[in-house]
Amino acid sequence: MFSFLVRRFLQAGLVLLIVGFVAFSMFNFVGDPIDNMLGQEASQADIERLRSVLGLDQPFVVQYWKFLINALDGNFGISYRQGRPVAEIIAERAPATLELAAVSGLFAITGGIVLGIFTAIRREGFLANFIMTVSLIGVSLPTFLIGILLIYLFSVELDWLPSFGRGEVVDIGGWSTGFLTASGLKALILPSITLGLFQMTLIMRLVRSEMLEVLRQDYIRFARARGLSERAINFRHALKNTLVPVITVTGLQLGSIIAFAIITETVFQWPGVGLLFINAVQFVDIPVMAAYLILISVMFVAINLLVDVLYVAIDPRLRS
Amino acid sequence: MGLLERPGYVAGGEISFKSELTSGLDADAMRKLRGKKISMIFQDPLTSLNPLLTVGAQLTETIVAHLKMSQADARERARDLLDRVGITDAEARLDQYPHQFSGGMRQRVVIALALCSEPDVIIADEPTTALDVAVQAQILDLIKELTVERQVGVILITHDMGVISDTTDRVTVMYMGEVVESGPTLQVMGKPQHEYTKSLIAAVPRPQVKLKRFSQISYGGRETRFAIEDLSRNWPEYSNQPGKPLLSVSNLKKRFPISRSIIPGRTKWLTVVDDVSFDIMPGEVFGVVGESGSGKSTLARVISGLHDLDDGKVMFDGNVVNDPSDREAQDRFRREIQMIFQDPFSSLNPRMRVMDIIAEPIRHHKLLVGGNIKQRVDELLDQVGLGTSAAAKFPHEFSGGQRQRISIARALATQPRFLICDEPTSALDVSIQAQILNILKDLQEYLGLTMLFISHDMPVVRQMCDRVAVMRGGKLLEVQKTDDLFENPQTAYTRELLDLMPHLDGLSQEGLELQ
Amino acid sequence: MTNTTSSKPLSSWQQAWQSDLAWKFRHSPIAVVSLVITVLLVLSAVFAPLVAPYNPFDPGSLNLMNGFTAPLTPNAFTGDEFLLGTDDQGRDVFSTILYGMRISLFVGFAAVTLGLLIGVTLGLIAGYFGGWIDAVIMRIADVQLTFPSILVAMLIFGVAKGFTPVEYRDEVAIWVLVIAIGLSDWVQFARVVRGATLVEVNKEYVQAAKLIGRSAWSIIFGHILRNVLSPVLVIATISLALAIIAEATLSFLGAGAPPTQPSLGTLIRVGQGFLFSGEWWILLFPSVTLLSLALAVNLLGDWLRDALNPKLK
Repeated sequence: MFSFLVRRFLQAGLVLLIVGFVAFSMFNFVGDPIDNMLGQEASQADIERLRSVLGLDQPFVVQYWKFLINALDGNFGISYRQGRPVAEIIAERAPATLELAAVSGLFAITGGIVLGIFTAIRREGFLANFIMTVSLIGVSLPTFLIGILLIYLFSVELDWLPSFGRGEVVDIGGWSTGFLTASGLKALILPSITLGLFQMTLIMRLVRSEMLEVLRQDYIRFARARGLSERAINFRHALKNTLVPVITVTGLQLGSIIAFAIITETVFQWPGVGLLFINAVQFVDIPVMAAYLILISVMFVAINLLVDVLYVAIDPRLRS
Repeated sequence: MGLLERPGYVAGGEISFKSELTSGLDADAMRKLRGKKISMIFQDPLTSLNPLLTVGAQLTETIVAHLKMSQADARERARDLLDRVGITDAEARLDQYPHQFSGGMRQRVVIALALCSEPDVIIADEPTTALDVAVQAQILDLIKELTVERQVGVILITHDMGVISDTTDRVTVMYMGEVVESGPTLQVMGKPQHEYTKSLIAAVPRPQVKLKRFSQISYGGRETRFAIEDLSRNWPEYSNQPGKPLLSVSNLKKRFPISRSIIPGRTKWLTVVDDVSFDIMPGEVFGVVGESGSGKSTLARVISGLHDLDDGKVMFDGNVVNDPSDREAQDRFRREIQMIFQDPFSSLNPRMRVMDIIAEPIRHHKLLVGGNIKQRVDELLDQVGLGTSAAAKFPHEFSGGQRQRISIARALATQPRFLICDEPTSALDVSIQAQILNILKDLQEYLGLTMLFISHDMPVVRQMCDRVAVMRGGKLLEVQKTDDLFENPQTAYTRELLDLMPHLDGLSQEGLELQ
Repeated sequence: MTNTTSSKPLSSWQQAWQSDLAWKFRHSPIAVVSLVITVLLVLSAVFAPLVAPYNPFDPGSLNLMNGFTAPLTPNAFTGDEFLLGTDDQGRDVFSTILYGMRISLFVGFAAVTLGLLIGVTLGLIAGYFGGWIDAVIMRIADVQLTFPSILVAMLIFGVAKGFTPVEYRDEVAIWVLVIAIGLSDWVQFARVVRGATLVEVNKEYVQAAKLIGRSAWSIIFGHILRNVLSPVLVIATISLALAIIAEATLSFLGAGAPPTQPSLGTLIRVGQGFLFSGEWWILLFPSVTLLSLALAVNLLGDWLRDALNPKLK
């Protein structure tokens, strides 16, 4: 088990190194950072000076190393577009995205697992079949359409909930939260549903198919042959075995919630890092793109490591 | 058991237990009966246990469900049960997970689970098919003991005539969903009345005497003719040097990494074939027997060149096999050595037509061109008794025995001198096995094919081989003429293997052709 | 597995028609309807110039006066009627949808083909050869899988945008989309094909082919490939739906098809601007088209997966 986790840690480190390299290459090869920062009219001397200030005249490996050190330090350079340190901009906007992701993640996991178990156990039931059909529409419905639909229903027609923004936020030690005001909570509802719905349907369908697969196994038939109750079979024997694969995928899904937030944030004009990123892509603001990439991957890698630890906790076969 | 899954359903009839009708009982009543009165043992101990729950948890859970008692009492009872089914150190074992038990031990746990509720009847569905011979014998002994000790009835469902004749008191023979014969085991085995039972019994390989051929009593399925005369007509004459072995294996070694390490020296290796040497003379059938894990299949794959060897030498007809510098010898070797595999379901590419399967070796070695290939394939299909219409079909349209005939046709397509048979019949029913073994006997007799015959089945080996090597743990224990080996084994292990064979004493001798 | 030696062999077409898959298909109304809808949508997109009443990108046929005409209502100034109304510039919504679907479908098919070719080839190689080749390919796949494909596509799009001079950006945008979505998509194919190949490689027919003397490549492409195709077919179908959605999403976010070549996503992006002002048709019809297309393809993929997986009843 120990070596399994060590291997996972090493792999995680490798992933981050590769991502760092991709991000660094973006800096170096996409457009000329000097041009981007100084504009067309800069003199040759200015260019040379900035080049050596930025360390661009040093060998590639040295630059990469410096980039990594800086990234570890939280220093991602200066946004081409806003002229402010990237770290500062991201820190400002991170709470909005994280709060949104947390709420919709919770929604997706609880909803997905409960509905998944229900549709698996009541495989023949009318309600289960109805949920399955609706879920397929859910998978085919692009996130942005769900958002638009919700805005149309609840903001335009019913005028119950705001169609954009975070509402009032309270600043607690540099963290701006929308959890503490009524308008902040109201503003969270539509975006969280929009963001979580797709993941919820995925988790639900996965839980269902895994559960059905497990229910076909010999040890379930044997448990039934021993006369155990359906309750014990479904929730004690089947559910635990179902969770093993579900946890991996759910972990990945949680990661993608943060990425998919880009879309939701665009639809709802939610002032988070996703909106920042999509603007950066449109204006080829490389430092912001690179920083976002690195931040997201750190988060993903952390989630994956957590999933591995959970895995070991659930599956005794990995412990020996 | 009321566990039939859709689309199966009970078409009609009645099942009664202790004079009470159980068919038609509702789900709840059935559950009370299940486990409580009737218990079940499944075929595969690997999949019958929940991998994520400890053995103790699964036992106590079942005990509590049936006998109202406290967790602590149930645990004590679980420990006693494990102890009873022959698991040592039961107390510690209770807290272990199924993957920490070996296959035989798991089947013991499954039996303990079946005993939890003190049932009156246990249904055992092929309980030992997935196990090694030695373990199989132990499990069957355990079941026999328990029936006497606990006064439980056991319904044993199996295809294995040896298990039936050595274990059961009464037997019912079924064919295509119908009971054809029923009665005390000794009587059914010794004086079978129904033609199907007779054909089954006649096809059982006998451990005591070598037969010329398996008897051809057949029932139901049409006996398909194997046209050996046609095949031998244009078979090439290979010139064998008299007195020299055709295949010679010396000091062969093969090892596999069991845990890889980045540091080269730290990789752990398992030696699967360890310093094995033997010669096979032209026209001889050379058997290799051993339990699973003895390295016999790996040996076959190393000789055929599917695996590289780590040390030693394999010589075929005077040339070193798999010498990459000698393309021509390698090509010749690929033509002259062919193999028949164990599993008729995986040895044929399911997405290729039979025509292409059999033609592939001919095309690859450019033995024939154009329409001659089609003609050759048709001939081969006729000769193995399938008919030319088989060429356009896919493998899934054939039964296991027919597929094994396709395999044989593919192996014969290059007109080889040497045939490696890796458990060629262990996946087949006993009557089909007899047909395939007869074909192999014919190939050896009429075409003079030399064979390496790998098997775990001692009676089959006795029927097929001229000489036999016994393998265990990668080492060759002894090599003897077949009759000598069976009459006068030299090692304790061989004696043990022979003791584990089914005795089949009372089996009818009707229709046997003695040599 | 029945004994059918005496029956006559069937032609390929008869065999296809009588296969289990075709039988299951004919007995699944959802599958039939989905296929009909998909085929209809694909055909009307391919033949858009013939089907569409107007060419929305021909400035000559446009009349700004026709702007914001509601569906099936005569325009207040010109009296022209449009089936699904017009947008702000007086373009027929029905025609823009047909032309937009063309772009969406083209990007979808091209991206899936690209992902499939890369993924299947790498998956076969990784599964067959194993060892360090497998390790390298699958590590790359793992790393990429850590990131949602939409994000990968966006990054590729952003980087490609940085590389291309401003004046060419619109021209190459469609191809950048294809590459971005295709490259973000190969991992699914590679993982599944590798898994299936690992199973096939251990089957005895592969060993039989090795014994005959066949080379690695002829075994991979002659024997194994045809046995791993059914999961590939399922993934390709589901990927097509996902690619269409991904394209729409990227275009909606403004990181996709340019306004000069609007795809369904671009149309929705434009239509969203009129959500509050009451011109609902500009948004609704492209959205419904996109949903029907994605849903029909998804249903097909879902049905295929169940039909090709014997374990699921």
